[in-house]
Amino acid sequence: MSDFTSSFWSFYVAGITLCSILACLLLLWFSGKARALTASDNTTGHVWDGDLREMNNPLPRWWVGLFIITVLFGLTYLYLYPGLGSYGGEAKWSSHDQFDREVAKANADLAPLYARFETMPIPDIAKDEQAHAIGERLFMNNCSQCHGSDARGGNGFPNLTANHWLHGGEPENLIETITNGRIGQMPVMAPAVGSADDVKNVANYVLSLGGNPHDSLRASLGKPKFAVCAGCHGPEGKGNPVVGAPNLTDNVWLHGYGENAIINMVTKGMVNQMPAQGKKFSPAQIRVLAGYVWGLSNLHAVVQ
Amino acid sequence: MNPSSKLQSIPIAVVADSGAALPGAEAELTSLYEAHKKIYPRSVSGLFSRWRWGLVALTQLVFYGLPWLHWGQRQAVLFDLGERRFYIFNLVLYPQDFIYLTGLLVLSALSLFLFTAVAGRLWCGYACPQTVYTEIFLWLEKKTEGDRSARMRLDAAPWSANKVLRKGAKQLLWISLSLWTGFTFVGYFTPVQQLAHEVLVLNVGSWEVFWCIFYGFATYGNAGYMREQVCKHMCPYARFQSAMFDADTLIVSYDEARGEPRGARSRHTDLAQAGLGSCVDCSLCVQVCPTGIDIRNGLQYECIGCGACADVCDSVMDKVGYARGLVKYSTQNGVQQNWSRAQVLRHVLRPRVLVYAAILGSVALAMAISLAMRSPFKVDVVRDRGALARIAPGGKLENVYRLQIMNATEVSQDLRITVEGLPGLEVASEPVVTVDATQARWVAVRVQLPYDAATPGSHPIAFDVASLESAAHVAEKSVFIIPR
Repeated sequence: MSDFTSSFWSFYVAGITLCSILACLLLLWFSGKARALTASDNTTGHVWDGDLREMNNPLPRWWVGLFIITVLFGLTYLYLYPGLGSYGGEAKWSSHDQFDREVAKANADLAPLYARFETMPIPDIAKDEQAHAIGERLFMNNCSQCHGSDARGGNGFPNLTANHWLHGGEPENLIETITNGRIGQMPVMAPAVGSADDVKNVANYVLSLGGNPHDSLRASLGKPKFAVCAGCHGPEGKGNPVVGAPNLTDNVWLHGYGENAIINMVTKGMVNQMPAQGKKFSPAQIRVLAGYVWGLSNLHAVVQ
Repeated sequence: MNPSSKLQSIPIAVVADSGAALPGAEAELTSLYEAHKKIYPRSVSGLFSRWRWGLVALTQLVFYGLPWLHWGQRQAVLFDLGERRFYIFNLVLYPQDFIYLTGLLVLSALSLFLFTAVAGRLWCGYACPQTVYTEIFLWLEKKTEGDRSARMRLDAAPWSANKVLRKGAKQLLWISLSLWTGFTFVGYFTPVQQLAHEVLVLNVGSWEVFWCIFYGFATYGNAGYMREQVCKHMCPYARFQSAMFDADTLIVSYDEARGEPRGARSRHTDLAQAGLGSCVDCSLCVQVCPTGIDIRNGLQYECIGCGACADVCDSVMDKVGYARGLVKYSTQNGVQQNWSRAQVLRHVLRPRVLVYAAILGSVALAMAISLAMRSPFKVDVVRDRGALARIAPGGKLENVYRLQIMNATEVSQDLRITVEGLPGLEVASEPVVTVDATQARWVAVRVQLPYDAATPGSHPIAFDVASLESAAHVAEKSVFIIPR
């Protein structure tokens, strides 16, 4: 693919390049024909300042040979590879192809390492020492930017060590999440709930679901209003992993704790995204990652 | 123009001179280039020749022998580029230890200045790989093609069975030695015994093959054919030697006052009567010279200071019964002022040399101490940047870090991580980690602080990673961020 809009520039670049090489050759030829006067004592025969003489030592002829080899190398290179304008080169090389080939080779080299994880059940992968080490490195390099180096997440980034799952915590769910990503959508529900006061009441009701400090009066006023939320969050607020609706009773506050945080959520909504990693990793790598993450939540004591 | 200035009037008129050497000689047109004329150095034996062969033996014993030494389970000297570890006997060097390579280069440069200030091109004539391999290849050439005159005759002769046999044998020996040299070179990077096995089963990696042939071809070309062309035209040492020498540097000198006028004479000629100097004009000094110069013209840039001419002149002086030392290592001052050997050497030990030696000594000492006091592990702290801070269950403030712990030994190490810098600051994740031999491992560390322990903002803290088995510990700085 040419970056030039007119073919003039391609010819211009090619022309200058080839003319320069030709000019170097001509220079070499002319300088080779040059003759210098040398006296018998190997000086130029002139005397300056009383006793200063200039030697005239010839250059080694193999330098000319090297020069010619350089020119031949250059011309061969320009024939085989891109260099003369938009001419692609007989070797048909491109950096895209080289990248693809290197990726393919790297995957082929790694395949034996990952081979045994391709069919191993996720809980077994989680217990495998080598898989844990590989998973830890994969996680550190690719996932820790959002989920933290210790996988405990932060505001808006789920904690992967607490065995609380928005979309289900079974191995298949983890693989699906990593491969295709997730988009968590909390719609703007304030108009459906009612007035600002109504939203505040619902917030207090939600707080009460988890046994948190709340205004009891407001909570009882908010309970009937919760019906619009039950569609996704369930009648008791236990959540629905199929649509990714959080369990509101488990005291895990991904987007912040407190009355204001809940009011914010209901009033403004939220779209939270887990990017799909399917194109970045091979299926075996995703299994190893899933095993690592599953292990974080299931193999160690759950840390609150 | 100040009339009272002491400026000297220097004539700038260019005067054509018809040639100082031979009056009446014609100037001739010559080409800018000249074809390489092969130099056939004559064999020589003597003190300096023995020194050179001793150094050839020593350097090549080290070069060819070192890869075959073992240290525990591994090769003693191995530069594992793939795993980014350099093993030199008991040292495990990481890329972070690059400063030692810098130190080595500084030491090499200072040694160069020191040796050159003392005795000129010692390196060139005795230890440089170009000289060493040329000597070896020349020796092989002598063994197959004969001495100087035999070699010259063989080259001039037409092709015959004898010539094919001799030249063929020489090429075979040269190519074998070159390939062995290339193989040894690659053996510093790929364990040599593994490499040998791969060669025997003809399953060598393509890069190993490439470098073996590349290095072998370089050896073959440089030692077999290029020889003095490297010293004359490629090596910068010749060109900047004039900046490193002074009038008290030992150089190969021809005692012109003693030697001239030169000329043939019979054994019993009285020198004073005949008006002759010690030089019998045998031209052996020119025949043995590997760079093809005549040392009687004085120090030239081509002279690599090998002392072959000194050796051969001494042997000739012995034969004609004169004193040795017509061509010898002396200094410019020594020759001009006719000093004795003791006087020359006393002047060699001058302030410049002593200063170089002092600096060299202190740098070497500093490097040795640094290596001896090296910590068995290194630590690098990288704070998680994705989230400034976290509120952990229990209301504590939490920052997450990654510590890269690099084990620079060949045994597994158990290390404890602690942190300090704020009241109540502590490590909340597992504080004891195990790092395997030569492994560099990233460890996620959570650091917690009670809620109101400090003001919002960035606070400097320090991690201390201490070995459980020894007193070694490393402290690294970082920051703890408290959000508003």
